[in-house]
Amino acid sequence: MNAIALLLIGLGAFGLGYLFYSRYIARAIYALDDARPTPAHEFEDGVDFVPTNRYILWGHHFTSIAGAAPIVGPAIAVIWGWLPAFLWVVLGTVFIAGVHDFGAIWASIRNKGRSVGALTGTLVGKRAQGVFMIVIFLLLLMVNAVFAVVIARLFTQFPESVVPAWSAIAVALVLGQLIYRKKIGLALLSVAGLVVLYGMIWVGQYVPVTLPERALGLGANAQWIVILFVYAGIASILPVWMLLQPRDYINGLQLFVGLGLIFIAVLISSPQIVAPMINTGTPAGTPPIVPLLFVTIACGAISGFHGLVSSGTSSKQLDRESDARFVGYFGAVGEGALALAAIIAATAGFATAADWQGLYTAFGQGGVAAFVQGGANIMTAGWGLPETVGTTLLAVMAVLFAATTMDTGVRLQRYIIQEWGQIYDIGVLARNAPATIVAVGACLALAFGAGGMEGTGGLLIWPLFGTTNQLLAALTLMVVSLMVLRAGRPAWVLLVPMVLLLVMTVYALCMQLIQFYRDANWFLLGLDLVVLVAAVLVVLEVASAMSRGLRERAGQAAAAE
Amino acid sequence: MIAAVRRWLERADRFLARVYAGRWQRELAREQRDREDLFMLLVFSESLGIPNPASWYTLELRGPMLEAFHDWHRRQGMEKSPLDDFRCC
Repeated sequence: MNAIALLLIGLGAFGLGYLFYSRYIARAIYALDDARPTPAHEFEDGVDFVPTNRYILWGHHFTSIAGAAPIVGPAIAVIWGWLPAFLWVVLGTVFIAGVHDFGAIWASIRNKGRSVGALTGTLVGKRAQGVFMIVIFLLLLMVNAVFAVVIARLFTQFPESVVPAWSAIAVALVLGQLIYRKKIGLALLSVAGLVVLYGMIWVGQYVPVTLPERALGLGANAQWIVILFVYAGIASILPVWMLLQPRDYINGLQLFVGLGLIFIAVLISSPQIVAPMINTGTPAGTPPIVPLLFVTIACGAISGFHGLVSSGTSSKQLDRESDARFVGYFGAVGEGALALAAIIAATAGFATAADWQGLYTAFGQGGVAAFVQGGANIMTAGWGLPETVGTTLLAVMAVLFAATTMDTGVRLQRYIIQEWGQIYDIGVLARNAPATIVAVGACLALAFGAGGMEGTGGLLIWPLFGTTNQLLAALTLMVVSLMVLRAGRPAWVLLVPMVLLLVMTVYALCMQLIQFYRDANWFLLGLDLVVLVAAVLVVLEVASAMSRGLRERAGQAAAAE
Repeated sequence: MIAAVRRWLERADRFLARVYAGRWQRELAREQRDREDLFMLLVFSESLGIPNPASWYTLELRGPMLEAFHDWHRRQGMEKSPLDDFRCC
């Protein structure tokens, strides 16, 4: 199969989904109405509620939801062959993610711009809201731990990427100061910043950095994880204009340029997909494709995290109701396209199937490394770049992408802990530094607890992260479908995906529970149990809420007669 | 020629400034609002029962603060002004 053909089929399906399916949803299910004022107009305050042009809003929405997850998940999942991953990404985006993200915005704008978490409290009950908060906290914890492990691995596998990746921080710090002092125009500064960043990628190949094999009893991987969390902790306390804002900006530019380079390289070199369509020879110990595929790819097919962004921030800035379709559904399409690119890089950029199999030696192996290696091979074929420059470029892209998510993740976690400090009147926790230390400590415990002190087994958490993410999505779908049912419209397009997600997550959690028990991995067993309890609570809440919703509807119908 | 390049650069600067503000704009605006709320507390401290040696001077500031005060009490979920000596809307 030619990679370009696959890309076109995928993008074509997304386009059809947006043009037809989302239009149907907008008209028949959510009944969008531009005559209703959106919360952005009703409560305009110049801070949270600001009517925003839909293209700009889409940009903000997309940069908030896109992270390294749509790269990591598909890159791991192609171990079962490219077809299952491709189908789940395309069908998931068109029929589940788009409807979910769009629905979260819709539910929020019809409820004064409140978030799905708050809506769960009023529509379903306090208990459901409690479950919601626990799931969110677990999700953030896992995201931070997993991404630290991913970055550490990239640093040890591609030591050339260390210097350019860290120099991005220096570039951001200088950029932030220069912009703050308004000495030079932003256009020139941006070009200069990119030139330095790409220059450092070139320099990187001559100065590979490897940490000592052992230091303070920690291996190289583990040392990187500790260093990364110390950095993320500091970055999360600094004022945003100093580091996070310019860092986000230069990352965005770099990503834009990088994706453009890869895309053109694919067109020039027109690579063939060498990985098997369906991998019959999966390495020993690979879990079965059903249900694990559905939780390995979360972001890129359906991710509950999007609901938080959709209902937490994007909904407050929506200018007209009909914009919800573009921002929500098309935002999900953007994420799906990213996942599609990851599938192609991790399956097409190899000379032979044996090369590909050499990277995917076990479940959780290959993954991001295959994405970097495959993408670099495509770049080499397309642009004639030296191979180390290609791998460094891709590795730096992945590192920066994951690191921005980590920075924001640690920051959000600090907010949650500070809020707990206030609620339970623990004064110490309400302060910046102690809250950050607790947040970082919890993430470190998870990163090391999962795979021993080497921090190498961290990717074992990945499917658990996917499950938690899907649980959150199921909760959001429940809230949205309750609203649709109450309005007296059919909710099948929401209920079917919700049931699919709940079945797959509970099934996957049980399977993994058995696996962790066999491996005697008690830490992950405990974590799995926590998520499983949360999942069962979600199922119970859904069942009771649905029966209540159906009764109400039957009552309405009887009253109408 | 040079003028055209300069115009183009200015347009690029304006566009990039919007990209730069991006999703952080909200957080920065909120931080600023928190600081301004502190200032408002100083201005209205006497009404809240907090002695303020500079109240003679801050009294004058109440007028210009009217609009910000209105935003503030709406934001706190109060339809009307909570202060007896300072009616708002």
